[in-house]
Amino acid sequence: MDLSFNAEERAFEQEVRDFIAANLTAEMKRATALTPSVFSDPDIGMAWQRALHKKGWGAPGWPVEHGGPDWTPAQRWIFEAECARAGAPNVNVMGVKMVGPVIIGFGSPAQKNFYLPRILSGEDYWCQGYSEPGSGSDLASLKTRAVRDGDDYVVNGTKIWTTHAHHANRMFALVRTSETERQQDGISFILIDMKSPGITTRPILTIGGDHEVNQVFFDDVRVPVANRVGEEGKGWTYGKYLLEFERGSGIASAKLRDALKTVSDLARSDATGRAIDDPDIAVRMSEIEVDIDTLEMTELRVLSALQTGQNPGAVSSLLKLRVSEIRQAVTRLGVEVIGHDGLYVEPMRPLYRLNETPGIPEEMLPVVPEYLNGRAYTIFGGSSEIQRDIVAKMVLGL
Amino acid sequence: MDLTLSDEQRLLRESVDRFVKETYTADRRRRLANDTAGFSPEIWKRFADLGWLALPIAETDGGLGGGAVEIGILMEAFGRGLACEPYLSTVVIGASLISACGTKAQKQALLPKIAEGSLVLAFAHSERQARFDLADVRTTAKKTPDGWRLDGHKIAVLDGSAAGQIIVSARIDDGRGKAGRLGLFLAPRSAPGLAARDFARLGGGRACNLDLGDVRLSADALLGDISDVLPAIEAAVDRAMAALGAEAVGIMQTLLDQTLEYTKMRKQFGRPLSANQVIRHRLADMAMQCDEARSMALRAALMINAEPVERSRAASGAKAKIGKCARYVAEQSVQLHGAMGVTEELDIGAYFKRLLAFDTLFGGSAHHYRRHAALGGRAAQA
Repeated sequence: MDLSFNAEERAFEQEVRDFIAANLTAEMKRATALTPSVFSDPDIGMAWQRALHKKGWGAPGWPVEHGGPDWTPAQRWIFEAECARAGAPNVNVMGVKMVGPVIIGFGSPAQKNFYLPRILSGEDYWCQGYSEPGSGSDLASLKTRAVRDGDDYVVNGTKIWTTHAHHANRMFALVRTSETERQQDGISFILIDMKSPGITTRPILTIGGDHEVNQVFFDDVRVPVANRVGEEGKGWTYGKYLLEFERGSGIASAKLRDALKTVSDLARSDATGRAIDDPDIAVRMSEIEVDIDTLEMTELRVLSALQTGQNPGAVSSLLKLRVSEIRQAVTRLGVEVIGHDGLYVEPMRPLYRLNETPGIPEEMLPVVPEYLNGRAYTIFGGSSEIQRDIVAKMVLGL
Repeated sequence: MDLTLSDEQRLLRESVDRFVKETYTADRRRRLANDTAGFSPEIWKRFADLGWLALPIAETDGGLGGGAVEIGILMEAFGRGLACEPYLSTVVIGASLISACGTKAQKQALLPKIAEGSLVLAFAHSERQARFDLADVRTTAKKTPDGWRLDGHKIAVLDGSAAGQIIVSARIDDGRGKAGRLGLFLAPRSAPGLAARDFARLGGGRACNLDLGDVRLSADALLGDISDVLPAIEAAVDRAMAALGAEAVGIMQTLLDQTLEYTKMRKQFGRPLSANQVIRHRLADMAMQCDEARSMALRAALMINAEPVERSRAASGAKAKIGKCARYVAEQSVQLHGAMGVTEELDIGAYFKRLLAFDTLFGGSAHHYRRHAALGGRAAQA
């Protein structure tokens, strides 16, 4: 057993660092640091995606024949860790990490040829059409219908909590194509052009003051049958496959460490009156750091299992639970650290392009919105309650 | 980067798992609870035969040169069996202090005896006023014409009564009546002036409090030379905490397994307890915390040879985190067993008490989060 990386892996680490130093601009870093929502704005995220694609690193998890870099699990870990440490933006997760793997796994050759290169290049920006007003945790009860009419499906209904629907030109969606005894069996997975007639998008502001999610309405929207991924009625299986990626997005400890470092730097600055000198805050900082150490170790154990061809099992639910809770603990501590400056509300967005100098130090601006928006971490992608159900069933066999 | 077991480590795990399963039955544990020896010399002999007592001793000193990961494999299994053998005192702490501080002659005299099982050691360090501060020692050592004189009081000396030799920490008088550097002294258990009050230890095994009044030791009783041994004590305690963390993982896993079985079997309102979501979520949290403890015990072991601050932060972080998880798993195990969980009729209570002892030894979670923070400086740095 060994915690350290070997010479080859350290050389790769250096290559990633060199790439980041040459390509991650100060503007991207600042924008990322001042983004209080879960995802980076597309202009920032996609600029980074294009730089990665140029290097051949546009889709770390994809097989090499579709443009993946053919990395070992350790290389993927190093890459994600270095990006987080450097404060790189999020790319279009819904494209690269969600719909991409589904198309690769279950899509037709035509779908692979058309969509995958456009995800890699950043030409397409994807959103996810899963939740509905009446179907949250009970996703399989979804009611948006797709009725066959010639070579098209005619889609009617509504999707909600759709991240970046107002930026996306494509949506992957779970829709009901038939009424079946088991409601999971009547669901199909389709790809929708967001410019299709009949689609309207309503913004939803979150409590942190950000416009990140939306409600999307479908009114007789025609979607070619050729845009269905895999078989009709098998959408639930594909959708679950994707959720495994969403939950297990694998490597979160480095991002959390970076977030804690931001809070720790604030706590050591005169701007917060050196909040770290409060022994209670210092201890809570340590508690969170230890939780991140724990998470990192668990991630590395999973990585080691993958590296040697073993199946890590239903660990993605376990990780999702802890990642979301730790993320919330970091943001909560952040609010305490900035003290009275947390009362200052900045309604304008984006925070990295304000017209006027804010009334508090710039780096404090995202702290409260991050905490507020961050309440969603234990809700999206399957709430913590659902994750505990999954752990009980899959890990404990209950 | 590889966190999978090597073939040797897998074999070690299989052999200790088998040994523990065959040896440590609940009946046996109950019988030993009233035994003043606290452990079985026959089993200690088998530990020696299996090479476990020589495991962490360097090959150049006649040992097997094993590391903290191998110790962790043994300790986790010992935890499952609630073993009471003085492995921590003798091998993890004792051998580690002798290897780190001892002169060549002392190593040659003592380490082979540890390996063959003929020498049990204890470490007398904690004092009442110190709580968990490793540097706070008031016991004194004065140079005499023919050796040393020790005076003071020690508490919570694990396995003190069973030990042939007790390693006692003391402040060495600088010759002008002032306490100076910290030294370690080998005191025979039978030394005149050394009075032990032996007691049954919470969770199994024995311990004692020691009064040292004018204890006369020979000149070669000092371990090594007169350089300050605090760094060696800190290293040995970090090692002990990593090993105890692994032991706690074995105990927690046993509690989880037994509780899982019980909630599946026990029926109320016409269905198993485990059919209730509130119970399922509790069990999910317990499973998660067992897994987190496993990660941290392994991390502490893998970082045992890092530079001291990093090593101590890993050890304190593990002790704090595992302590927190252990308390949760232990308390919920009792809770989910209902009233039966509070009785001596089930094993649950014995495992519960050993975890409580784990949390107490060398300081609880609150102390170790504070130590982690105090050693900080580079908190959260990537």
